[in-house]
Amino acid sequence: MTTAASSARTEQQGFRQLGRNAAELSAQDRTEQWMLGSLALPGLLLIGIVALAPIIWLFWLSFRNAEGMTLAHYARLLHPSYLITLASTFELSILVTIICILLGYPLAYIIAQARPRIAAVLLLLVLFPIWTSLLVRCYAWLVLLQRRGLINTWLSDLGLIDGPLRLVHNFTGTSIGMVHIMLPFMVLPLYASMRAINPDYMRAAANLGASPVQAFWQVFVPLSLPGLAAGIVIVFVLCLGFYVTPALLGGGRVMMWSMQIERNVSYYGDWGAASALGVVLLVLTLGILWLLGRVIGFNKLIGAR
Amino acid sequence: MKSTTISLPISIRDVTKTYGRTAALDHVSLEIASGEFITLLGPSGSGKTTLLMVLAGFIRPNSGEIRFGDREVTLVPPHKRDIGMVFQNYALFPHMSVAGNLAYPLKLRGIPRAEVEGRVARALDMVQLVGFGERQVDQLSGGQRQRVALARAIIFEPRILLMDEPLSALDKKLREQMQIEVRHLHQRLGMTTVYVTHDQREALTMSDRIAVINHGRFRQIDKPQDLYERPNNRFIAEFIGESHFLPVEVRGGTAYLGDRAIRLAEPPRHQAAAQFLVLRPEKLKVIDAPGGADLNVFCGQVKEFVYQGESSLLYVSLADGQPIAIRQAGGSAQRAPLPGAPITLGLAPADTIIVPSDEA
Repeated sequence: MTTAASSARTEQQGFRQLGRNAAELSAQDRTEQWMLGSLALPGLLLIGIVALAPIIWLFWLSFRNAEGMTLAHYARLLHPSYLITLASTFELSILVTIICILLGYPLAYIIAQARPRIAAVLLLLVLFPIWTSLLVRCYAWLVLLQRRGLINTWLSDLGLIDGPLRLVHNFTGTSIGMVHIMLPFMVLPLYASMRAINPDYMRAAANLGASPVQAFWQVFVPLSLPGLAAGIVIVFVLCLGFYVTPALLGGGRVMMWSMQIERNVSYYGDWGAASALGVVLLVLTLGILWLLGRVIGFNKLIGAR
Repeated sequence: MKSTTISLPISIRDVTKTYGRTAALDHVSLEIASGEFITLLGPSGSGKTTLLMVLAGFIRPNSGEIRFGDREVTLVPPHKRDIGMVFQNYALFPHMSVAGNLAYPLKLRGIPRAEVEGRVARALDMVQLVGFGERQVDQLSGGQRQRVALARAIIFEPRILLMDEPLSALDKKLREQMQIEVRHLHQRLGMTTVYVTHDQREALTMSDRIAVINHGRFRQIDKPQDLYERPNNRFIAEFIGESHFLPVEVRGGTAYLGDRAIRLAEPPRHQAAAQFLVLRPEKLKVIDAPGGADLNVFCGQVKEFVYQGESSLLYVSLADGQPIAIRQAGGSAQRAPLPGAPITLGLAPADTIIVPSDEA
């Protein structure tokens, strides 16, 4: 067959221009993609059933009462008691996040700089609390912090304080407990992003004339920002919806948004009001994520490059 | 033209660095002249990078002395040494633009903003990257990153420049082009340059002098041509260029291959009895008959012919089974001798090199 004849034929037949086996090869590619995609199906179904569907249901409930469609549940949230709760929820979440940054950054830095074996041990210590029950950890803090707890006893035995310090059943105790629980979620993403910083960057900075302090602030910290952003988002968002620790260590004096939700359901059986609270929290959380995404970039937020 | 006012000599005296029981640097000493381009060449793990890191201050030696000109810097931390360095992976800061990277060392030195801008522009011009200042580092190709790294290392006019295998990540064509560019830049700016590579060809192309290092010790420090034509020992002859070795015996200033005396342009430099004859493929010639009295002659059988484009390689087995090779320019396949054919090779006495074994 001549070249001219064959090229005329392929032009005529359009999609066959690619030549022999092209259709079969692309069909195989498609089949493989479908098979890989179907592996994700059970997971997608599960998320749809246990996460998306209830959220949509909540959303629906929040706009309904006995008379039908209503905005009454949302109107009620403008009451000062709810606004105070919202404010204290944010206050606590911001405080805990800041303390987690101040404690977590140096800790992650030390682990990232340590030799592999020591780093592994330190990481294990950081992870250890996550493997312990949340309730156990909260009660442990109660034992340590209460009026006649270990800390107050020691301090007064040493003569450092006259009367017991009020360390628990208040804002202070809740903050201490929540920082303890949230710290690993700050340290882990920070550690991951610090570990990924090539030591040659610090060497280059030193070679170009940067003192160790200058190199740290001008090169190391900027390069660790993706990890810091991820840590802040995780800790802050988890704090916003936290229930157990404030309930146990707050002693009723710290009112979180999540506790308002619980109260509406179990005391008043008011699903509509509870749903409205849930929707507000969800919308606020998404709003904060969107804002952070705008400021530092969504790619960095989810840890991608 | 080299200007000596902007460069400093380097003096390395008796420097030792050990890791556990292995010595990465074993009492090395080296005097590098002002404005010289010297290459530290060696296989991986030889200690060449360790020595460069000691010069930069990132590795502290166990003992010894480093001087830049009159100033002893052995105890000076890296950020006070004021020397330029190009890293193997470039180490360009990914959170700064190209201009930001170039301006960084100038800002650290408190140079006023207006001057910084002018110098950044001039540096970009020098490495042919005008208009790339606002680019992010990840938007550059490998060759462009290489140029930025080079510009950043010299923008603060250091009098010493260190380069750690800076071209190893580039493909062959670009690497050869950059070798010439770096060489020209050095000739224009004239700072003392210490260059690390494991690529002998790169070392031969670029250097004023080459210091071959292995197991933490210098094996030979010489000009490229001397290193190639007059290797000190078998390690050098093996590491630089292609070569095959035939064992020879040296008696009374004469080298014998079997019972045959070898013609040499000058007597062997070492007195050890057991030495090696270095046979470089491109120095050997095919001759018609073993008649020529002025050549060293080797007879053997053709084993294999390999066509390599601009030249061809002929593998030959000598009468006693020793394998050698000969390179011929223009690899025309028509002249390919058949395997098994007898062949006679000649080597001029001026090209005949005798080296002692590695231990000598």
